[in-house]
Amino acid sequence: MSNGMQRSLSRREVLARGAHGFGALALWHLLAQEGRTASTAPQVTPRAKNVIFLFMMGGQSQLDLFDPKPQMTPLHGQPMPASLVQAKKSATGGILETVMASPRKFQRYGQCGMELSELLPYTASMADDLCLIRSMYCEQANHDPAQLLLHCGTPLFGNPSMGSWVNYGLGSAGQNMPGYLVLLSDDGHGLEGAGSSLWSSGFMPSTYRGVSFRNTGDPVLHINRPRGVSPEMQRARLDAVRDLNQMRQQATGDAEIASRIAAYEMAFRMQSAAPELLDFGQETAATRAQYGLDKDLTRSFGTNCLLARRMVERGVRFVHLVHSSWDHHGDLNHRLEQNCGMTDQPAAALIADLKQRGLLDETLVVFAGEFGRTPMGEVRRGVTAGKEGRDHHPSAFSVWLAGGGVKGGQIHGATDDFGYNVVKNPVHVHDLQATILHLLGVNHEQLTYRHAGRDYRLTDVAGKVVTGILA
Amino acid sequence: MMQGTRSHGVCGFLVAWLLTTQAAVADEPVRFNRDVLPILADHCFACHGFDKAKREAGLRLDVRAGSTQRLESGATPIVPGEVAQSEVWRRVTSRDPEQQMPPPQTGLTLTAAQRETLRLWIEQGATYEPHWAYLPPQRGEPPEVAGVVQPIDRFIRARLLVEEIAPAPLADRATLIRRVTLDLTGLPPSPWEVDAFVNDPRADAYQRVVDRLLASEHFGERWARWWLDLAHYGDSDGYLQDFLRPVAWRYRQWVVEAFNRDLPFDQFTIQQLAGDLLPNATVTQRMGTGFLRNTLSNREGGADLEEYRVQQTIDRTVTLGTTWLGLTVGCAQCHDHKFDAITQREFYQLYAFFNNADEANLDAPLPGEREPREAAQAEYDRKRTEILAPVAGPLAALQADWEQRMLHTETHPGEDFSWDRTLELLGLQWGQNLGEGQLEGLNIIKTPPIERTLDQRDRLLDYFLRAAPAAYSEKFKELKLNEVKTRLDALTKNLPTITRAPGMVKSPVARATHIHVRGEYLRKGDEVCAATPAALPALPAKDAVDRLDLARWLVSPEHPLTARVAVNRLWQELFGRGIVATSENFGIRGDRPAHPELLDWLALEFIRDGWSVKSLLRTIVLSETYQQASTARPELAVRDPLNKLVARQSRLRLSGEAVRDSALAVSGLLNRTIGGPSVKPPQPASVSKEGYSNVWEPSAGADRYRRGVYTFIQRTSPFAQFVTFDLPDTSRSCTRRERSNTPLQALQLLNDPVFLEAAQALAARVQREVRGDDAQRLNHAFLLVLARAPTADEVQRLHGFLRQQRLLLQDDPASARELNQDIFPDGDPAWIALASVLLNLDEFINHE
Repeated sequence: MSNGMQRSLSRREVLARGAHGFGALALWHLLAQEGRTASTAPQVTPRAKNVIFLFMMGGQSQLDLFDPKPQMTPLHGQPMPASLVQAKKSATGGILETVMASPRKFQRYGQCGMELSELLPYTASMADDLCLIRSMYCEQANHDPAQLLLHCGTPLFGNPSMGSWVNYGLGSAGQNMPGYLVLLSDDGHGLEGAGSSLWSSGFMPSTYRGVSFRNTGDPVLHINRPRGVSPEMQRARLDAVRDLNQMRQQATGDAEIASRIAAYEMAFRMQSAAPELLDFGQETAATRAQYGLDKDLTRSFGTNCLLARRMVERGVRFVHLVHSSWDHHGDLNHRLEQNCGMTDQPAAALIADLKQRGLLDETLVVFAGEFGRTPMGEVRRGVTAGKEGRDHHPSAFSVWLAGGGVKGGQIHGATDDFGYNVVKNPVHVHDLQATILHLLGVNHEQLTYRHAGRDYRLTDVAGKVVTGILA
Repeated sequence: MMQGTRSHGVCGFLVAWLLTTQAAVADEPVRFNRDVLPILADHCFACHGFDKAKREAGLRLDVRAGSTQRLESGATPIVPGEVAQSEVWRRVTSRDPEQQMPPPQTGLTLTAAQRETLRLWIEQGATYEPHWAYLPPQRGEPPEVAGVVQPIDRFIRARLLVEEIAPAPLADRATLIRRVTLDLTGLPPSPWEVDAFVNDPRADAYQRVVDRLLASEHFGERWARWWLDLAHYGDSDGYLQDFLRPVAWRYRQWVVEAFNRDLPFDQFTIQQLAGDLLPNATVTQRMGTGFLRNTLSNREGGADLEEYRVQQTIDRTVTLGTTWLGLTVGCAQCHDHKFDAITQREFYQLYAFFNNADEANLDAPLPGEREPREAAQAEYDRKRTEILAPVAGPLAALQADWEQRMLHTETHPGEDFSWDRTLELLGLQWGQNLGEGQLEGLNIIKTPPIERTLDQRDRLLDYFLRAAPAAYSEKFKELKLNEVKTRLDALTKNLPTITRAPGMVKSPVARATHIHVRGEYLRKGDEVCAATPAALPALPAKDAVDRLDLARWLVSPEHPLTARVAVNRLWQELFGRGIVATSENFGIRGDRPAHPELLDWLALEFIRDGWSVKSLLRTIVLSETYQQASTARPELAVRDPLNKLVARQSRLRLSGEAVRDSALAVSGLLNRTIGGPSVKPPQPASVSKEGYSNVWEPSAGADRYRRGVYTFIQRTSPFAQFVTFDLPDTSRSCTRRERSNTPLQALQLLNDPVFLEAAQALAARVQREVRGDDAQRLNHAFLLVLARAPTADEVQRLHGFLRQQRLLLQDDPASARELNQDIFPDGDPAWIALASVLLNLDEFINHE
């Protein structure tokens, strides 16, 4: 590489060098020269270094968890006000006519007195660290478009996800792991959503793609040596590949071969780093119990939460947990209890643990679904009393954030008496994304990637930083 | 980087020019398209461009009439020849944040060199030029270059002469045959092919190789995969449930065959966009419209049929723009295009061509299917009538009632919730998991009964019997229709099948097209008719134009884009970079061609030669430009790091499909069957769990080793190895794949059991084919994997490796057994490790 090129290295490129070795560096150069990167350095003082995004796939019922509406109780079973429900359509053909008040008890928690549901006792214990936004909204009522909007800033397929944007913008700080890891869990119903499109790098190179990390079996696809290959043989293979690649590089002069050599070395380090990440031997029994690893119900999500902390400790920039499914068209009471049972304790443990280790200040934790659910009960054909559900509802829902420069112990925004529409401080999904980038020190309007003649942004053509929630 | 290069003199100027930097030089007139437009497009047009909705201060800088017109403020943006009086100059040089352009909050700034270019341009009279890509290609004679015959070489060399850069020497024959075999067939050459070519003394030895490869059936597979990226082919619906499309492969097969028979690109275009509208269209011609069926289908409950039909129509319009026009027409879906001359109205005029096309699968019998069906049909029809006879009257009445309600509900939504739902289900469930169009059922209802085909009648009745709403359950019981259905099902089960294929037909009822305000499907603006953008040549004058007119217009010889866009992409496939690097965008924001005259020559040659893809590829690969060595040249690293001048070939990483195909081919595992339904090679079960309801049941036997082009594409969880190697997202058209270089690729090649299996087979093959010692075997293994002999250093290193592996395996007999398995019982397992090393080499996954 010429001196002329090296002079143009920006802070971000240096970060990228740390992350992926020469590959990313060479890649960035290519992008820069291709005019793909339109803008560079962060313009805002960063508050957070890492993000842990807890995605609650399917759409949680905010009315039973985060947004109490005692006003609905006397109206239970009565028709919804016509002014609210016209043109509303069920996603699955259930009947949606009458108000369904939440049977859940809410009470105030923490010094801030945040009202939360009885289904979230552990989360409630962290109320003073939470910033609860009750005024989220979007326009997408189907899972895939709404999930894509939340992750990629557009309801369409084919765009990079937030984790890709963050790694593209900031690079990764880890030497042994990619900067964007994905952890999946579900309640036995599988993943109900847009699948790997949610952690895809879209039109960016696959360098920025989220890497699925599994807490059972092979943590990363093909991370384990094949049968019959001992560690010594593997190292010998790698050495031979490296030496022959170096010979080839001398013959061809292609710098891309140096990237390939670096990628193989990182792959080798990943082979020991991945099992090390999964080895909870160094974690105390108390920590493991805190995350609920000692109980069947919480073990799966708890393992992922504990892994998330360990990943952040090892420099992974964006950790993406996906828990499915909150899509409770029927049997809401039971399934909500089950999913809260799986997630409440570990999510709260994650905040407490990060805080206790001094990591919460630099780690932003976001807990969000793609939309909320209707105040009307949904009764599908053949459903018996007590097994009702709620339908998708994008016009008003709740998310929470913690750490990483947001002010804890506050509630932002409010909805009407039915939780149907936002009435105060509306926060669009794009605003949430702009805020997340802002906390990472990135101006969402200036983090762009040129593709097909256009400078794309995570926030599309919208997004305002929600200054009210910043610490 | 290069932006600061403003040194005078030939060399400095040319460097600046080549690298499309915006700096101009005092003694050379500034050229608008080359020098000025990129600056204006990147910095000014977002607010002062074509999109009038976003235009600030009433100023547009994209046309001279706009920039020289006095503004309300009294200032004149550009006074040609008078820099000091030009408001633009004052603003771009202002230090006052209130005045400065571009405004500081945009984050955009002009470099000193860019400002200087603007100054010179104004000083020299501020001349505009039409955008180059909208002007027809110009036939230019290739420049005379001493000793150079081939036209492509003459264009390239003439430029290199001016640059004072020597071309690279030709690649050695081994490198060349591997390169051209990978490029034309997607597979590596066999050692025998390499050997024959290296030792062929005939003058036309290379030409013979090229002609052999162009005649190979693998040619069609390789180039089909290229085209399928543009078509954004997939074997499933996409979206949440991602239902299967078991007949999607018929379109893929059509593409493979089209390339193999060298269907001229104009016919190829027409059949894919409007094959169904050709006079007396054959089944094969109609199957081309499967191109338009690669758009996603949302069958999730609550999905509004019209909303997603609009989405699909938009996708078809955008795909047309990307694939043939090389324009980002999709930008004009919500507003006028910010950079290119495409209004929102024009977008919907283009959209109108597809708004009256509907999805419909067609009977496309595979060989041997037609006769048994024809033989059985009459008997089937007779028995069907017999079964239906006792209930014919009341059933017809019931069905007619349902059809009426469906038609009424479509135009009167919201009247009755349960009928809304019934209609919705007709769209969501029709042909689910069969890959049929969602609106096919409704369209049959819209077709007057007398005009329905027998098959349509049967299919609609079968659907009604299967999915009739609860409102009819009493009647169903009374008439015992469920028994009728059971009997019909049993009858149909024994009817010999005709495999169907995806296609398009003209809608039974014409839809009016409106502009969608802000792109929202419910907000309808002005009604528009089908038409093509004004910046491009006009369509023939006719009362009503349809898809066939559109397709013919695209391939009319005076069209400035179609041929250029196509040849540019073929060039890109062979050199890693198009003559226009932004192969998806020939618009104003796209890159300028590095060799405009060559691009035009290739485009006109393509047309002159009857749009023959094979002939064009042949011309290119026979050029010395293509045959150059790819070795890096330090002296070019600064002057031309992106290899725009093509003073050498490029080293290019192979696609994920080619990586896998190569591993299977060199190890002898590859199943070379051409065509057929998609297959599912083994991969970890966890991959498909990332989708909602996908199950990846691995194919058995030889189907595990088919070429990558035949791998089933489950859109929400595509084959993981291909994704790791940059398979593009299949939801939209892709014109150029990324080539990333990641640790996951290393893990894949090192540890994926499929690649280990290839290493085992390769080791067995080498040991079986060569009875000699390690050195002879090494030579053969290199020929198989890399199409060349090893160097002395490589031999020495690998001998050491073999020794080391043998020692390790001696101490570890369990591993040795595991590694060897039953593939080659008497074989030396150290050779498996060696084979695996070769399959992990950077060279193996690169086109040298």
